[in-house]
Amino acid sequence: MSKRLITRRNFLRGSGIVAASTTLAGCDQFDFLRDRDGAARNFLEGANSLTYHAQRLLLGRDALAREYAESEIRQGQRPNGSRNPSSSEYRTMANGNFDSYRLEIGGLVENPVSFSLNELRNMPARTQITRHDCVEGWSCIAKWSGPQLGPVLDQAGVKPEAKYVVFRCYDSLGNSLSGPNFYYESCDLIDARHPQTILAHTLNDNPLPVANGAPLRVRIERQLGYKMAKYIRRIELVSDFSDIEGGHGGYWEDRGYEWFAGI
Amino acid sequence: MTMATETSETDPATPGGKQRKKGRLIYRQNAWTRVTHWVWAISLFFLLLSGLQIFNAHPELYIGSESGFEYENTVFSARARAVDGERRGITTILGQEFDTTGVLGLSGADNRDVRGFPSWATIPSNRDLATGRVVHLFFAWVLVGTLFVWFLASFLNRHAWRDLIPRVRDITELPRDIVQHLKFKFDHGGSYSPLQKWAYFGVLFILFPLIVLTGLTMSPGMDAAWPWLLDIFGGRQTARTIHFITMALLVLFFIVHIAMVILAGPLNEMRSMITGWYRTSTGNHEGESK
Repeated sequence: MSKRLITRRNFLRGSGIVAASTTLAGCDQFDFLRDRDGAARNFLEGANSLTYHAQRLLLGRDALAREYAESEIRQGQRPNGSRNPSSSEYRTMANGNFDSYRLEIGGLVENPVSFSLNELRNMPARTQITRHDCVEGWSCIAKWSGPQLGPVLDQAGVKPEAKYVVFRCYDSLGNSLSGPNFYYESCDLIDARHPQTILAHTLNDNPLPVANGAPLRVRIERQLGYKMAKYIRRIELVSDFSDIEGGHGGYWEDRGYEWFAGI
Repeated sequence: MTMATETSETDPATPGGKQRKKGRLIYRQNAWTRVTHWVWAISLFFLLLSGLQIFNAHPELYIGSESGFEYENTVFSARARAVDGERRGITTILGQEFDTTGVLGLSGADNRDVRGFPSWATIPSNRDLATGRVVHLFFAWVLVGTLFVWFLASFLNRHAWRDLIPRVRDITELPRDIVQHLKFKFDHGGSYSPLQKWAYFGVLFILFPLIVLTGLTMSPGMDAAWPWLLDIFGGRQTARTIHFITMALLVLFFIVHIAMVILAGPLNEMRSMITGWYRTSTGNHEGESK
């Protein structure tokens, strides 16, 4: 027979251990992890490159993101981040129906080129119904159309030393001493040349609305929403992005988010 | 579990006087189990609190592939809202609303912080999704790595089969074991009782794999690599909801686990998980431990 084993002393002794450990949960003890230059933070961020390499290994170059049926589009695409860029340059362009828009492609390319919106609309387009996953946790299904980025880059001729594609944008979030903090993003050439990576000018069969990034946004379907820069002004091929803005390869990356947002 | 036993009729720790008869000391937990146990304890602590930080970035759960903004597929939310001109924290579960001001939806000094979970339950304490993700994804790797090592070791050394995977007896004896537990009578044999087996089996073989796989389903990259993830869980948002429910079940397990450790004699239980040696209760049928 087993005997009753809770004695008051045992219970109090144990409760003391629990009480001591729950004081840990006043979580400001771990706020030092917010310091981006701290050794602890840098150590933890090491897991990001593990994630990047693991996903690159598992994904293969051309594994596609899930595409959905027309019937699964049940709502408009939820806008997030900038919804209406305020610079006068952008306002003027938007008021003129983006007739004056030109997408510039430069940096490490053989011949820098630029395209009008009409030229982009006349290029062969890929249409895909995909799920947009925001880093905040929500998802939204919508239909996107536009030319694939790879062939557009080929028209400029990517130099062999180029490793990343940088998207420079018209929108800004907040200001710093040197002026507005313009949004920017970057991806590697594997994602840039992925079949589902398109420069979307059309959303749910209509011209891309201003709230969703008019006139042009990029879709990088195997990563989170913040990678998919809106209001693209210029595309630059670079070998390294450490001298661009905060040096982490994107607006949110400069503010602590992972450069590789596959998870 | 009984890899070695040492007969010890009297407890050397009890000085003179009452020579209480003690059970045998058995080597109950091997090093793989002990090390992984503590690595999981630390990892789950950080995963829980950083996970609640991530949840706070969008404190709402849905069923399906996407989040309904223009239609309703919400099953849980913890948000702040004005009720009769006053801001309140409202938690909604399957359409049922609960006022949770002070804890969920609205908390902090004078209830001024609009946030899902309160600052004492998140890492970091303030709203900081980026840091929450760095912490969460680091410990997710630790959890997965340790789980892999534990599975490998426990199948090779037969710990999983011998001690954890329930047999027919663990079903037939379950009612009696529940009654015993409700009477706070615990059997300290060499092997686990049916309830213990089901609890540990549930955590190691169901909840851990489930929380890892639903976590991966939230990754757009993994969804492209393993599209079946979306199919088995019924879409990314359902996976996120299951991830959250699994978290709640693990918290429930933790509470019961700690309560049982306290009730069953915390020093003996802690010793077995630190040194491996566990003292069975007196007069225990040792045949069961073989």
